[in-house]
Amino acid sequence: MKQGIFTVTENRKIASSVFEMTLAGDTSDITAPGQFVNIQLDGFFLRRPISVCDCEDGTLRLIYKVVGKGTEAMSGLASGTGLDILTGLGNGYNTEVSGDRPLLLGGGVGVPPMYMLCKKLLAEGKDVTVILGFNTESEVFYEEEFKALGAKVLVTTADGSKGIKGFVTDAMNGIDYTYFYTCGPEPMLKAVYNKSTTSGQLSFEERMGCGFGACMGCSCKTKYGNKRICKDGPVLVKEEIIW
Amino acid sequence: MVDLSVNLSGLTLDNPVIPASGTFGFGYEFAELYDINILGSFSFKGTTRDPRFGNPTPRIAECESGMINSVGLQNPGVEKVIAEELPKLKKCFHKPVIANVSGFSLDEYVTCCEKLDKEDQVGLIEVNISCPNVHGGGMSFGVCPDSAFEVTKAVKAVTKKPVYIKLSPNVTDITEIAAACEEAGADGLSLINTLLGMRIDLKTKKPVVANKMGGFSGKAIFPVALRMVYQVYEKVNIPIIGMGGVSSAEDVIEMMLAGASAVQVGAANLVNPYACRDIIESLPAAMEKYNIKTLKEIIGGAHNG
Repeated sequence: MKQGIFTVTENRKIASSVFEMTLAGDTSDITAPGQFVNIQLDGFFLRRPISVCDCEDGTLRLIYKVVGKGTEAMSGLASGTGLDILTGLGNGYNTEVSGDRPLLLGGGVGVPPMYMLCKKLLAEGKDVTVILGFNTESEVFYEEEFKALGAKVLVTTADGSKGIKGFVTDAMNGIDYTYFYTCGPEPMLKAVYNKSTTSGQLSFEERMGCGFGACMGCSCKTKYGNKRICKDGPVLVKEEIIW
Repeated sequence: MVDLSVNLSGLTLDNPVIPASGTFGFGYEFAELYDINILGSFSFKGTTRDPRFGNPTPRIAECESGMINSVGLQNPGVEKVIAEELPKLKKCFHKPVIANVSGFSLDEYVTCCEKLDKEDQVGLIEVNISCPNVHGGGMSFGVCPDSAFEVTKAVKAVTKKPVYIKLSPNVTDITEIAAACEEAGADGLSLINTLLGMRIDLKTKKPVVANKMGGFSGKAIFPVALRMVYQVYEKVNIPIIGMGGVSSAEDVIEMMLAGASAVQVGAANLVNPYACRDIIESLPAAMEKYNIKTLKEIIGGAHNG
């Protein structure tokens, strides 16, 4: 974990209620895809935990959905704003165990962490398939960005307005994969868990106090003992999960 | 040079700043960031006789200038704390530590305190009497002078180290509870624990935390905590560790003027992991600004004249 001041370099709307923020600062503590950062915002007591979409040489990219007052305030931040951010939080995804053909499944704001993960897996020479799930066409983002990386991309929408009609699990049929990685709302994680035929890693969400393991606010039970989503997670392996 | 040292029942602290129980774990997360030996001491995660997972999640809700938690005393149990956490802690913290103890029955408090009393690393035992008493119909030990007296007496009988009773603010008159603890032989008092509070999510129209209610802490509660420390100082003659919303060197000075011999920092650690370090580093300048040479001389200073 590292505390640093980042400067907002861009903050733009990329889909319905979804924003992409680019920041400049010290990203040296971000060591794995699937980690998150915790952002201090003026006027709010607790920090806002946001998953890392991408980071490279001092550039941090975050994608967030406006769901409450905190993210609403974030969406109004202008370029040049300085933000106090804790980086390098959480365990992140382990790519070593992916095999040759990993399958990535992101749902809604569970899509962003899949981006850095996809990049890493492709750099490791793996054949990556990505399924991106959204409610409706206006909420779709990053389809082109994933394609540009060189991954096979499938899009699903619950209402069928774009891509395959249904959930991410409806696009899993017929895909030959060696391992899976997923992030999204809990019902989606559970559906992926049930449908998957291989081992995998799932990223969970919980209301957090500190975000770095001190307060025990986000604990969960696993087959491997009690874990803190913020410190021992947010990524858990399929075998340890207790629903 | 200013003198930051304070005393708690024979224990000399380099400075009065102590991370509060439950906001600092067993110190490791913070030891990764800075040398935690700069702290006066620290109060480790509330420990019970048996391991506890705590309450269901969500356990956290945000408030204006504060937060609500309903963690529910998650801890590995006293045996594991002694066997695993204390040896690990010894590697990063070399000063006497404050052992924070909770229980749901007299017997649990006694067992826990007896065990921790034998540990060299423990300088002081802080007994949290805010949890519900399973034998008393779920009412907290800390809300009634008689049960506060009873717990204090029982714990004092099995310990040699100083015992500080941590008081709940959720009572009609905190000074009565304080007086009962003093009468039962408490060496000191810690106050205040969190204020019972709640939030309701307007979208779901249900309480935010799974346990419905939780403990409200953070900046917002500082004036309430300060007032209680002030009142208790007038009532008892034993040292007080003051806490509740402390987040700056100025707050530390204010708390000590109200009557605190040392000060704990809680929720502030969770939003700024460097909070205690920052407070300790800014104390000398704050003291100079207010013409204070020796910090312990200001304890209770607001009561004079």
